[in-house]
Amino acid sequence: MITEFGHLALCLALAVALIQATLPLYGAYARDGRLVALAVPSALVQATLVGISFACLTTAFVRSDFSVLAVFQNSHTLKPMIYKISGVWANHEGSLLLWVLILSLAGASVAVFSKALPADFRARALAAQAMIGVGFYVFLLFTSNPFARLLPTPAEGRGLNPILQDPGLAFHPPMLYAGYVGLSVAFSFAVAALIEGRIGPLWARWVRPWTLAAWSALTCGIALGSWWAYYELGWGGYWFWDPVENASLMPWLAATALLHSAIVLEKRDALKSWTVLLAIVAFSLSLMGTFIVRSGVLTSVHAFAVDPKRGIFILSFLVLAIGGSLTLYGWRASKLENSGAFATVSREGFLVANNLVLMALLSTVFLGTLYPLALDSFSGKQISVGAPYYMATFVPLSALLIFLAAVGPLLSWRQDEFIRTKQRLLIVAAITAGGTLMVLILRGIPSGLAALGFIMTFWLVGGVVADFAHRLRYGDGGPVATLERVARLPRSVYAMVLGHLGVAITVFGITASGAWQSEVLTVTRVGQTLRVGPYDFRLSDLQPIGIKNFTAIDATVDVSEHGMPVYTLHPQTRTYTDPPSETTEAGIHSRWNGDLYAVIGKPDGHGRWQVRFHWKPFVTMIWLGALVMALGGIVAISDRFSRTLGVRRVAIILQPAE
Amino acid sequence: MTHAFFRALSHMGIGLTAALLLIPTLPALALDTDHLPNPAQEARARNLMLELRCLVCQNESIAESNADLAVDLRMLVRQHILRGETDAEVKTFLVARYGDWVLLRPPFKISTILLWIGPAIALLTGAVVILKRRTPEPFDDLTDAERAALKALDPQ
Amino acid sequence: MRKFLVFMPLVVLLAMAALFFSGLKRDNPQALHSVMVGKSSPAFKLTAIGTIPLLTDQALREGHPVLVNFFASWCEPCRAEHAQLMALANQYHIKVYGIAWKDTPDAAQKFLTIYGNPYAGAGADIPGHVGIDWGVAGVPESFIVRGDGVIFHRHWGDIRAEHIEESILPKLKEAGE
Repeated sequence: MITEFGHLALCLALAVALIQATLPLYGAYARDGRLVALAVPSALVQATLVGISFACLTTAFVRSDFSVLAVFQNSHTLKPMIYKISGVWANHEGSLLLWVLILSLAGASVAVFSKALPADFRARALAAQAMIGVGFYVFLLFTSNPFARLLPTPAEGRGLNPILQDPGLAFHPPMLYAGYVGLSVAFSFAVAALIEGRIGPLWARWVRPWTLAAWSALTCGIALGSWWAYYELGWGGYWFWDPVENASLMPWLAATALLHSAIVLEKRDALKSWTVLLAIVAFSLSLMGTFIVRSGVLTSVHAFAVDPKRGIFILSFLVLAIGGSLTLYGWRASKLENSGAFATVSREGFLVANNLVLMALLSTVFLGTLYPLALDSFSGKQISVGAPYYMATFVPLSALLIFLAAVGPLLSWRQDEFIRTKQRLLIVAAITAGGTLMVLILRGIPSGLAALGFIMTFWLVGGVVADFAHRLRYGDGGPVATLERVARLPRSVYAMVLGHLGVAITVFGITASGAWQSEVLTVTRVGQTLRVGPYDFRLSDLQPIGIKNFTAIDATVDVSEHGMPVYTLHPQTRTYTDPPSETTEAGIHSRWNGDLYAVIGKPDGHGRWQVRFHWKPFVTMIWLGALVMALGGIVAISDRFSRTLGVRRVAIILQPAE
Repeated sequence: MTHAFFRALSHMGIGLTAALLLIPTLPALALDTDHLPNPAQEARARNLMLELRCLVCQNESIAESNADLAVDLRMLVRQHILRGETDAEVKTFLVARYGDWVLLRPPFKISTILLWIGPAIALLTGAVVILKRRTPEPFDDLTDAERAALKALDPQ
Repeated sequence: MRKFLVFMPLVVLLAMAALFFSGLKRDNPQALHSVMVGKSSPAFKLTAIGTIPLLTDQALREGHPVLVNFFASWCEPCRAEHAQLMALANQYHIKVYGIAWKDTPDAAQKFLTIYGNPYAGAGADIPGHVGIDWGVAGVPESFIVRGDGVIFHRHWGDIRAEHIEESILPKLKEAGE
């Protein structure tokens, strides 16, 4: 009964979305205020209906109602409650329902929080938002109904892939979707602006908080996925460069470019058509990612039987939605006038260069992901594009990007000369030289690539420090005055500092864990000790254990340093029964300066076991850096709020009487 | 869909492929027994392994994969290095059997030329477009506020 | 110039969509092409499996096309495939040869005792080197070898009942011409 109710709610949401996609748009065109006014309530009703629908499916999962096909296929009565709930989105149908839930919530948020927008603009944006919604509702209802019934009702479910029974993965999809779908707001705003033919600093100001929120969520989502791969997949890697990962990296790169170009648009009224294009491209890449992952067109091995009907449907929708917006773009963009002029050496000049390099980075990922498919289609030749390709293309371009990121903020708007920033550039160079030298003396730098990584880390830190110091020393006047200036700096400055420092932290983590890691991959016996970096790993014991829904071989690995015990790791190989599958569970212990990582493999039949032991210095920094970046995004949003919601008063109180 | 989730699925796919093709009762031979006695050779072998694809895996190299065939190929690489072959010779050996698919770094050929120089083309084209389209406006010393004031004076 | 540039993104999208569309229509995206097709079958030495005649290079060069099947006793789909191999050998009178990949002669023998022996000749490739020489990534995989020993066709994965009429028999016929 509840299930049918959920299905009905979803159908009604489609009906409301159809209204929202058409009437307000016509109303804005025909200057009919009543039709324009429909946009806001229908966005709210739509979100409520999808919310009800999602709650119904969740109820079916919580109650283990196996008469629902999706529940039967992905759940089990023995499963812990949290995984019953995460089971809702751990399958194609349910995850798509989560996708439309977030999409409708984004629409409702626009309706609620964008009271300041002109009614016509808001109506057009919400209509565009609803058009995307219509596409996905139709897709859900006609090809992937999450409420499909199963008769007769089975007594027990098939369970959830054990590799997905993991807290990291329970939260990863909602986060990533919030990022993907959040970009739809920038897309809808772009479409609305193109229809109106007006884009300016005000538009950039409207779209920025939404882009920032989506970007922060996407950053966290990607980091969570990478972290999960690190501890769950059992070889100590955190990034594979496989099509599915690349599908999430591409919109991130586009959104990062959008954030930076929107600053130029907002401050200098330039880069109009480019910024609008980026807003369209960022969400288009999200849609493409969805297509790549769900159609099975690129992943060669896929656990779900891939329904070609679904692939064709998403592809058609993709062409319609993106093609429509790009046609609109081609028609309108050439009419957009840029007014703010600037020199090459200026803040804007460097932001443009930032966009250029980000686009080049995007092109490496794009080519690396799609080239094998294209080559296979045209010539039948099969190639692999793996990490070595990206090391040769992505890494040098990233270095270039980081070079720009440290210098750009030191320059002033419109026109500048390097000579005027000489002092600050010297600070950057000094910090880079000092930091790299310190690393070289303390730990050593084993390769040119590692040297590049450390130089980039300190270069970026130096840029942040020099910029910050410059802003604070301006007009000096003692420590009290400096502190006052600290309080008075706009939050957008802190946002940038956090964003760039986050990148530096991640680069440091990648570089340090790659440069200084120790790995032993061999076979060993119980009682033997292996040297891994500064640590001794001793395989002390192997015990079979049985827990609720799996049995495991549990290894005891005692780790010591200079004879002093450090930690005991428990890597396992698990055998699950529902559904039957084997997984390896790494034993991981994080110390302040790195991770101890142990994996137990298979026996050789002569009392020896395959083992993989790692010491990974500073590897956690990779994800910590992503968190800091996301925090920067949130601070930047709060800057908008503090300006619009009158938090100014706080600043006035902090300000000394003049 | 979430990338890691589907990666999980694909990995289960591999899991499945691996499980289907190479079910748990594994032959006793497929383990990394001994590393090469010469550390320099072992290091070379390790670097080479990072460039070779575990054929049944998503995008993992044979150095990283726990799959059975990856272990075999690791031992094979070591044997060939021990025989005194160069990296290129080992790659040629594998390409002759598995095709370019086995190389994680695609070879530079006519058919992959766009893949390799594409990013550079993107960078250069973008730079040219930007530099060409920038109409260098005469720079005056007016501030924005002053210019706005001027504009207000002159209605056109 | 500008007019042209603003429509570039649309052109890129359409090209991409066409590519994806052709990608969706690929019949089996996971099948790897074999680079061994068209090459002379690599030389090999196998270990005998019980009393089954030992498969040698010579058997692949006797003037008529044969089917060489890589299997293993530990491989699940090989069991599913076995009925088709039996049919090919007994009903269609095809010469089927078996190579037990990464398997011991004892285990392979046991497997063939339980499920029947379709092989006119067989052998065990204990360390798996023969499989690697043939470009085998996993079992089962089957090769159609021409009478002069040149590999003509590779079948990826298990041979299902429908594959016999669809591809195996026609390819065998082609190989014989």
